Amino acid sequence: MPRTERVAIIGAGVSGACVARVLSMYRNLEVHLIEREVDVGWGSSKANTGIIHAGYDDDPERFPVRARLCSKGNALWREAWTKELDIPANWPGDLVVATDEGQIGALEMLLERGKRNGVPYLGIVWDRKELEELESNITPNAVAALHAPSAGQFRHPAEAVIGVAENAVSNGVRLHLATEAIGVEARKGQVSGVKTSRGRIEADWVINAGGLYAEAISKMAGVDHFRIHPRRGEYLLFSKDAYPKTERILFPTPTETSKGVVVTTTVDGNLMLGPNAQDLRREESEATDTTQEGLDSAWNEAQKVVKALPPRDKIIRTFAGLRAEPEPSADFIIRAYDDVDGFINAAGIRSPGLTSAPAVASEIVAIMKDRGAKLVRKRRWNPYRRRRKPFRESSYRVRDRMSNQNPLHAKTACQCELVTEAEIVEAIGRGATTLDGIKFRTQAMMGDCQGSFCQFRIAQILARELNIPVWKVTKTGSGSEIGIGDITVLVGRKGEKRA
Amino acid sequence: MNQETGKLRMICIVCPLGCELEMETGREPKQIVNIKGSRCSKGKEYAAREAADPRRVLMAVVKVRDGNLPVVSVKTDEPIPKQMLLEAVRAISKIEMEAPVKAGDILIDNLLSTGARVVATNNVRKAD
Amino acid sequence: MAAASKARELGALNVVLLDEKEEPGGVLPQCIHPGFGLHYLKEDLTGPEFAIRLYERAGSLGVKAFNSTYAMELLAHKGRRAVRAITPGGITEFRSKTVIFATGARERNSFEIGIVGHRPAGVYTAGEAQTMMDLHGVMPGQGVVIIGSGDVGLIMARRLALQGADVKAVVEMLPYSGGLARNVQQCLFDFGIPLYLSYKATKILGKRRVKAVEIVKVGDRLEEKPGTEFEMKCDTVIVSAGLTPRVELLEKAGARIDPATRSAAVNELLETSIPRVFAAGNALTINDLVDYAAMQGEAAAKSAVGLTQSQRLSSDRWRPVVKGRNIGLVVPQYVSGRREVSFYGRVRQPEENVYLKVPEIEVEFRQLRVKPPEMLTFTITSKKFGKLKEGKITVTVEPRG
Repeated sequence: MPRTERVAIIGAGVSGACVARVLSMYRNLEVHLIEREVDVGWGSSKANTGIIHAGYDDDPERFPVRARLCSKGNALWREAWTKELDIPANWPGDLVVATDEGQIGALEMLLERGKRNGVPYLGIVWDRKELEELESNITPNAVAALHAPSAGQFRHPAEAVIGVAENAVSNGVRLHLATEAIGVEARKGQVSGVKTSRGRIEADWVINAGGLYAEAISKMAGVDHFRIHPRRGEYLLFSKDAYPKTERILFPTPTETSKGVVVTTTVDGNLMLGPNAQDLRREESEATDTTQEGLDSAWNEAQKVVKALPPRDKIIRTFAGLRAEPEPSADFIIRAYDDVDGFINAAGIRSPGLTSAPAVASEIVAIMKDRGAKLVRKRRWNPYRRRRKPFRESSYRVRDRMSNQNPLHAKTACQCELVTEAEIVEAIGRGATTLDGIKFRTQAMMGDCQGSFCQFRIAQILARELNIPVWKVTKTGSGSEIGIGDITVLVGRKGEKRA
Repeated sequence: MNQETGKLRMICIVCPLGCELEMETGREPKQIVNIKGSRCSKGKEYAAREAADPRRVLMAVVKVRDGNLPVVSVKTDEPIPKQMLLEAVRAISKIEMEAPVKAGDILIDNLLSTGARVVATNNVRKAD
Repeated sequence: MAAASKARELGALNVVLLDEKEEPGGVLPQCIHPGFGLHYLKEDLTGPEFAIRLYERAGSLGVKAFNSTYAMELLAHKGRRAVRAITPGGITEFRSKTVIFATGARERNSFEIGIVGHRPAGVYTAGEAQTMMDLHGVMPGQGVVIIGSGDVGLIMARRLALQGADVKAVVEMLPYSGGLARNVQQCLFDFGIPLYLSYKATKILGKRRVKAVEIVKVGDRLEEKPGTEFEMKCDTVIVSAGLTPRVELLEKAGARIDPATRSAAVNELLETSIPRVFAAGNALTINDLVDYAAMQGEAAAKSAVGLTQSQRLSSDRWRPVVKGRNIGLVVPQYVSGRREVSFYGRVRQPEENVYLKVPEIEVEFRQLRVKPPEMLTFTITSKKFGKLKEGKITVTVEPRG
């Protein structure tokens, strides 16, 4: 039995979590997943369309790693991971819409490329009637569309990361939350550990899945051959009663920089548009703020692929997410280094990062083996993670039984999405310590009121379960507390305004 | 209050119409003359009172121990001098009631010697 | 509660009142300021006091109240009317002859009014802040900017200032406040809180918790004036951008929705397009005064009890109420012409010295001043309706002279 090797994965976004899950299959690996936020998936992973791309976008000549891993990741999610991990997703397929003759060449190129990349069932639809059958809201200007039935979408990408991470932890991965990597230690050209804000973690292997911070982390190990800058995308989400919606995921013909603004209807039935693409400076890795120009740009671009969009006053949420764009090459940087043995980069995981993640994980295993790791499979590894079936997805009879078994199911916490207090308590038991953590595990606060009715009620439940005063409950961890004290906390302070 | 012209403007709060009142200070201290803009006699009375001795009803909450809610809403049973409002909040912030509290209960008898009483306006049961 | 009491008064045998909250009263218990019941009870009460009065009255009249009861579905197939709910005892189905929907409204959030920026902690609707402070005794923050100058926003400005917060400003996009002038006096001027009229809050800054709000001046057409942007530092943003009725269950059950009121369209009986299902209060249309909500509740109860006891007109005799000049919304949307009707409406633009007219029956009311935040209420007697020959009536606002 080869000796135990310690692996430290920096970053519990979708890439890091998937790597952790795959590495947890091996008996002789002690896997540590390190994340600086108080929950998993809070970087780029939580703020995107959640689309599981088919894989025809990535040019295998220019971006061979992306091209290889995207369609592979798609197949892994579709055929295994979403089922094993009980991650809600649907597979409507996508249409890349050409709105003039000049774009047809691009469609044909994507078709060719897709076939090369191993994308199944791909084809171009020319017939107007067939286009409308596939998508009733397709723009009347559509002349043709590339149809990729294998494309899908997660209900919410953060939910996917949570599912993967929970399974990894159930298989022995040690999750270190609120732990920031501040240094990578190496001795005689061999990695020896990670210095973190909470102490040192010994490691024979360090995998950099640091997303927007991958460049800085790579430099900690002395590896400095790429840059990461954030590319911001902004999104608009409509209420469930906003029509018209779409049946498929709709893309415009892509440009050099990006796939373009997507129009899709989420698994829960909300129309969503986005992202636009705006390149930011490297220091702006916290710039997840939306802008009027960005939202307007996404709105305008989205008009191109559909017949009609719902009225703009039916928007219930707008948000922005950052993708980690690598330079000089826009391909994933997944490799090891001769002068720092044991350090592996999984950096620059830009779009299609969410889709590719399971395949990125296999790639990491292959690299480790190639670098001399002896990996022994566990005899008993649990591939499954089950969610409790949500109250609102259960029949009335089951709901009745649930509330008889647990009276907290008879107390509604989130009215818009029908999430019960029992489900909130369960989410806290599964690791949620913040309002956003509850949101991504239960769908609470994601309905039309966006939390204005239920947020405080949920905060009270958190306060009770975590045994803290309710004003100390946070949205996203320290620094985001919902209040500052009880009602008398400011009374009698100097500087009150005089009546 | 405009120091140069001695003119005072305010919005009447007696009824939802909210007339804009304009008035001048008289020769005697706190004397108000030439009240213009009110659509009823109550407004004129309000203006005179308000300029001389503005008063407001206080609405706030008082902490409650062992109740189904941590605070109970309260009001003063009559208006108190406007400039004492913040001090009044300070005073009621210092007390804590024990549940149960019933709407109508008098929580403080003579708030800051104004003669006004602080009255609970809601019920708070003992916590179950 | 008003509907339930009225129904019992009129002889309904079984009146059941369902509420999702643990304590009755809806939003009333958190409205700790007076001004409730001036018309309906001829007294000036605070919200919780008003709620207690109504609840105790309902109880003494034999209304069966079920709290902690969350209505999941309104069942209205064929003749059946039922509400399926989650109660502490499990899933319960409440069957009855008629259903009155009085589920109130929800507040519009920052996204709905187009505010961009980060999505930090510290952004609350006025109602949320009210719940936090006056029901649960929690202070939301210390440096506050309030967006929207409707009455709720003004009242929260005062509340926050009284509790020691530094309320930096109330920012209002329009050139006039959305609330009563006297509230501007009592809540803002009294506390030295500046009111920024014709200013728009555009962006919230701060990743974890609010750090500042970006504000810009706007012109007559609400267009942003470039170069006038500035940042106001704060840790709390209160959004008071208006209410919208909560009618998802009615929509799901198939009731026709009026996009102007964003609620179910009703006839003069306050009956929705689903026969024997009624709507009242803020769920029907956003009311300025709780008194109107209570009166609508009573009207719905009267109709509901009347329907179970006697005849009504068949639906094809309903004449639509058409919105004329400067009318933004009007309730009810259908009249028969045979009964007295109380109307509620709002104008689109403020105007002075106008007539509120229903030309088909030569009815007019003089109005000194009309503006969107102030609800129009007027009653047309059945006698006046006697003149009606047309298949519709129009409610319109015309300038005098």
